[in-house]
Amino acid sequence: MIEPSAQPKATTAPSPPRRPDWTYHFAAQRGAWIALLIFAAMFTLFACEHPAGFSHNVINTAANKGALLALVAMAQTFPVLTSGLDLSVGMVFVLTNCVASTLVSGSPWRVAVGVSAVLGTGLACGALNGAVVVWGRLQPIIATLATGSLFYGAALWLRPSPGGTVDDGLAEALTGSLPGGIPCSIVLLAALVFFVWLPYRHSVLGRAAYAVGSSRQAAFMSGLPVARAQFATYVLSGFFSAVGGLLLTGLTLSGEANAMLGGSYNLSSVAAVVVGGTSLFGGSGGAVGSIFGAFVLRTIGDLLFVLDLDPLWQPLFLGVVLLFSVGLSSLRLLRIKNRLDIYR
Amino acid sequence: MSALLFRMEGVSKHFGGVRALENAHFECEGGRIHAVLGENGAGKSTLIKVMAGVLKPDSGSLELAGTPIVLDRPADAARAGIVSVFQELSLLPDLTVADNIALASPPRRFGLIDSRQQRRIAEEALERVGATDIHPLSPVRDLPLSRRQMVEIAKALARDPRILILDEATSALSSADVAAVFRVLKKLRGRGVAIVYISHRMREIDELADDCTVYRNGRHVATFAAATKNAKEIVEMMIGREVKSVFPPRSTRPLEEKPALQVKHLSWANHLKDVSFTIRPGEVVGLGGLDGQGQRELLLALFGALIGVTGEVEANGKPISLKGPRKSGEQAGIALIPEDRKAEGLMLPMSVRDNVSFAAIDRLGRFGLVDRRAEDRAVDEVVRLLSIKVPNLDAPVGALSGGNQQKVVIGKWLMTQPRIILLNDPTRGIDVGTKQEIYQLLRNLADARAAILLYSTDYAELIGCCDRVLILYDGALVGSLEGGAINERNIVARAHNLAIDTSAPTVPR
Repeated sequence: MIEPSAQPKATTAPSPPRRPDWTYHFAAQRGAWIALLIFAAMFTLFACEHPAGFSHNVINTAANKGALLALVAMAQTFPVLTSGLDLSVGMVFVLTNCVASTLVSGSPWRVAVGVSAVLGTGLACGALNGAVVVWGRLQPIIATLATGSLFYGAALWLRPSPGGTVDDGLAEALTGSLPGGIPCSIVLLAALVFFVWLPYRHSVLGRAAYAVGSSRQAAFMSGLPVARAQFATYVLSGFFSAVGGLLLTGLTLSGEANAMLGGSYNLSSVAAVVVGGTSLFGGSGGAVGSIFGAFVLRTIGDLLFVLDLDPLWQPLFLGVVLLFSVGLSSLRLLRIKNRLDIYR
Repeated sequence: MSALLFRMEGVSKHFGGVRALENAHFECEGGRIHAVLGENGAGKSTLIKVMAGVLKPDSGSLELAGTPIVLDRPADAARAGIVSVFQELSLLPDLTVADNIALASPPRRFGLIDSRQQRRIAEEALERVGATDIHPLSPVRDLPLSRRQMVEIAKALARDPRILILDEATSALSSADVAAVFRVLKKLRGRGVAIVYISHRMREIDELADDCTVYRNGRHVATFAAATKNAKEIVEMMIGREVKSVFPPRSTRPLEEKPALQVKHLSWANHLKDVSFTIRPGEVVGLGGLDGQGQRELLLALFGALIGVTGEVEANGKPISLKGPRKSGEQAGIALIPEDRKAEGLMLPMSVRDNVSFAAIDRLGRFGLVDRRAEDRAVDEVVRLLSIKVPNLDAPVGALSGGNQQKVVIGKWLMTQPRIILLNDPTRGIDVGTKQEIYQLLRNLADARAAILLYSTDYAELIGCCDRVLILYDGALVGSLEGGAINERNIVARAHNLAIDTSAPTVPR
């Protein structure tokens, strides 16, 4: 063991006063904080202007709508962290909705099997994506676009026309609210953050995912499990999309192979991830930010409604919010010293 | 008593037709610091990449403590206790310092990474190398290069190596940092660690090394105990190759006095330090020195690709602003033949014709439309001038050989009729025949009154091609050689910032 050197300070310049730890923790989560602030401001405005105010019902409806996108956005976050992209999240979401509307009903035992089948479907879809991207070496965008089409085909085969049913008790448990007025969907999100996201974030696999997104070559040179980490992100992505599909079934109480819905969730999930402060280049951000990002996007529509604006304004308003949040994240370009770096 | 720890025998490695290592032999012992010396391209980096499991040798065997081992990937080497600090940093910019230091085997509790323990490890590692000014929670992206290098070294130490390889690991450090690192290395030596040390700084090697090995052209030349040979002998061992005359004769016309390019006190970040020189029309000036002493940055700065450059640059007596390649081209007729032709010089999937006309496309059109006939004429002219061998001008440029691709890059800039031509190692990785054509072309351009600044990592090229050679060391101009003083001995000596030969005293101009 080398004893810590008692030598004079090695730097030539006097070091500036040491920044306290929390500033670093804050800086690492800045995107998520900004999204939270934007959401809080928008939601307060929404609740104040809403004729019914902060009623349980208003909150619960908003929470359910937000949670749907939040789940798909969390799913999207994993591949994006490795500088990948999963354009099949929306289709996995739709497919698992169809699976749930077919299998999740009947005796408690059958419901349990059904739920497992739904989540298993998500995991399997994710594993296929991961295999194609990691070992097939296809570009994530086109690979997942293709598999997404595949998943949609399966959904259509399973449920050619809308219908099906879902266990009422489970639907209520997913979409209702607790005695204190806390929406169950928020509890579900919190549980996923605490029992899946945070452990993942602090696992070697999660660390490796950030490393791959930051610099694939350096990650390889440091001896990290690059392929395994990438594969895992797609599997997790499938899992979170499946949870989203389950929640969707709880809300609609039926299943539908709706291509429009899948497509819109695909794109909205990417937008939510970016608004939540995760870089599309990979390596920084996180799933908690994506939750807030999703809620920001979902609140825009509600806000226009209560402010009595024409819903036609929604795309324009959405665009402004997106540009604003993406602009915040590219401020670092102002510090670049070599013009070539801008084009890297 | 020290023990043989690592041995490689008969190791060869080729890249395409280029021989990087040929039947190489290397061994190192525990408790000793072993310096590996050689010119640019002598095979040192390939050697240690083989040791670190980054490159797989074509043939040959490796032994660790007497048992044969196979190193297929970096993780294998890490498991064997071989840890390297590379020239190109292997840090992850988005992760924190602590994350990076503990990256390979983070401390775990209940299966999850224990960030408090990890932080302790990082702080301890940073303290060992005396870099207590670095905050363990800071993202590596935010640190300046010298601090990143300290983190890189701390990361290597935290892995508790049996064999520690440092490849130019101190190139960005201040002397105080270097001293702190040396103290640690000496302590590690005392504990029986084998240290392989590659540096272009001879003084560091004098201070540190127990053994030295010299490589040249991918071959092992000699291994000897440090201090048994003097600097002069070592330099001769590093050179030792004949220079074939593939170069066109120099122009004998007297040069004009008015400079085509005048650079005064150019500085940029930590990479360029107060560089001043002039180039006259018709002159070919070489830029020499060891790899990465600021030569690339100097060319990029003159081309306007860097932000925050200070100093003055005048072209043909008029000051120019360094605002970007477009500006530099328009204002002063400056062209840069970039280092990495595939990334910075060519649009590989596009046709030869398109690639040749890109830089001059503004001049070939009227009212914003490209005049196709004028374009064809100009392109044909350049293709003939450079004798670019191409079956069809509409073929994608990616299908051409390396030499012909490089001609396309040069041709692209000739279309703009540049007055000042900057070249960044233009003959790297291309065949001898094309090299000769390029040398002749440079001479012809110079005779047509262009001013040429040529950076080359090949000393023979500097000697054969240039009227004058400027040597950079650590971002500063340390020498200017002219006429008969341009020889390998002087270049190598100045490149290492050594004064072993004063027969041709030179002063930076």
